Amino acid sequence: MEELKTTCLHGQHKALGAKMSPFAGFDMPIEYEGIEAEHNAVRNHAGVFDVSHMGEVRIEGADATAFVNHIFTNDVAALDDGQIAYGMLTNENGGVVDDLLVYRVSDREYFLVINAANIAKDEKWILDQMELFPGEDLSVSLESECWSELAVQGPEAEARLQEIFPDADLKSIGFYRFVELEAEAVDEDGEQIGLPVVISRTGYTGEDGFEIYADEAVISELWKLLLESGVKPCGLGCRDTLRFEAGLPLYGDELADDITPLEAGLGMFVKLDKNFVGRDILAAQKSEGLRRKIVGLEVNGMAIPRHGYEILAPGSEEVIGHVTTGYRSISLGKNLAMALINADHAALGSEVLVRVRKKVFPATVIKKRFYTPNYKK
Amino acid sequence: MNTYYLPSHEYARIDGNIAYIGISEYAAKQLGNVVYVDMPEADTDVEAGEDFGAIESVKAASDLFSPVSGAIIEVNELLLDNPRLVSEDPMTNWIIKVEMSNPDELNDLLTPEAYAELCAKE
Repeated sequence: MEELKTTCLHGQHKALGAKMSPFAGFDMPIEYEGIEAEHNAVRNHAGVFDVSHMGEVRIEGADATAFVNHIFTNDVAALDDGQIAYGMLTNENGGVVDDLLVYRVSDREYFLVINAANIAKDEKWILDQMELFPGEDLSVSLESECWSELAVQGPEAEARLQEIFPDADLKSIGFYRFVELEAEAVDEDGEQIGLPVVISRTGYTGEDGFEIYADEAVISELWKLLLESGVKPCGLGCRDTLRFEAGLPLYGDELADDITPLEAGLGMFVKLDKNFVGRDILAAQKSEGLRRKIVGLEVNGMAIPRHGYEILAPGSEEVIGHVTTGYRSISLGKNLAMALINADHAALGSEVLVRVRKKVFPATVIKKRFYTPNYKK
Repeated sequence: MNTYYLPSHEYARIDGNIAYIGISEYAAKQLGNVVYVDMPEADTDVEAGEDFGAIESVKAASDLFSPVSGAIIEVNELLLDNPRLVSEDPMTNWIIKVEMSNPDELNDLLTPEAYAELCAKE
């Protein structure tokens, strides 16, 4: 087996007694105190996640805007400098190579944040697309090894972080906006230097919060300060339960190379009025109608739907899809799922069946944003 | 009462011809908080090695396997409303009660010592 990679906080996780597990090639903390306690801390107070496994790619040059718009479903030409867009890289078939955030530094510089599990695939995809792209003033830097990252999430995230960054005005950072700061540090020759720190009002929990990118030393110090100020360390376990409740997709569950953004219900992040790889297929899919769709389900009964469980049509019990993510929701107490099912059964209020081991349970199609996010708009 | 284990972490505590079946302390600790125990109907039969239900944490469902064959004479209904009892005290909070049809099967199970050794290796 290939050696697992570690983040700069690996020793901290071990010292806190975290349950560790391999995730996307990294040895990552799944939970410290427990998934429910960590989940509730983020909903009600503030939690911090080590997400240093995430990947980063920088695209620069006079042709950067045109190139990013050629590979990305959302429109970065419409962004302000300092603004962020969520969207997808799509392949020629309209399937999703990855979902990601694009930070617009300027019209000639973009910072892409990609899923850890897809780093190698995305890097190859982006470099291959660059080869094919006519623009010449273009450079791609693979920066995944350069950045560590924390996500600080919850209604108290801003207050806790503001104490640590007294010189930044965090309340002025709008939703999906970012600022770049410098953290003071001393280099190996004893010289004062400034290390870059990127702070964005983004997240993956359905709560207000920030994501912070910096060098290992800065992130290690920030982690320590956040824990001292009472922010709860949170593992990938509750990262999944939180994003699930907010109806946010996870690549590998709701998104894949053979699932399109439209099927995943992410049409608002796909701008068909510009050209990009896979655009024509998606435009055709939109006009012809979807054959399958990611929906929300509420199971009527005690059973908990889990990834991979079959969805059946009522009556015929024909298989019409499968659960992509499912939990007994911690915040809502209901047995909920996201599922990829035939569009014939996908209308809100439709009744379907979920097979849970040897039994089937009725379930109702509901909106997949189960929990109403508390974003700062 | 003698206790025997399966490598999949179920125990059978034996009282005469009755086996109380649940999950081990080790398994409970690994699972974290139990949010649901999917139990069979009472008055059904179960075979040794067969799955009879599942135990679920927030994260995942794990099948439950029976260490012995026999008739399920009772399921622990306390767990319906309070599955967390399994997390708190798994040895007291058994899941099903089986009237054994073939007590010789106990010879195929792990003793507490052999089971402890297995857990130490995991």
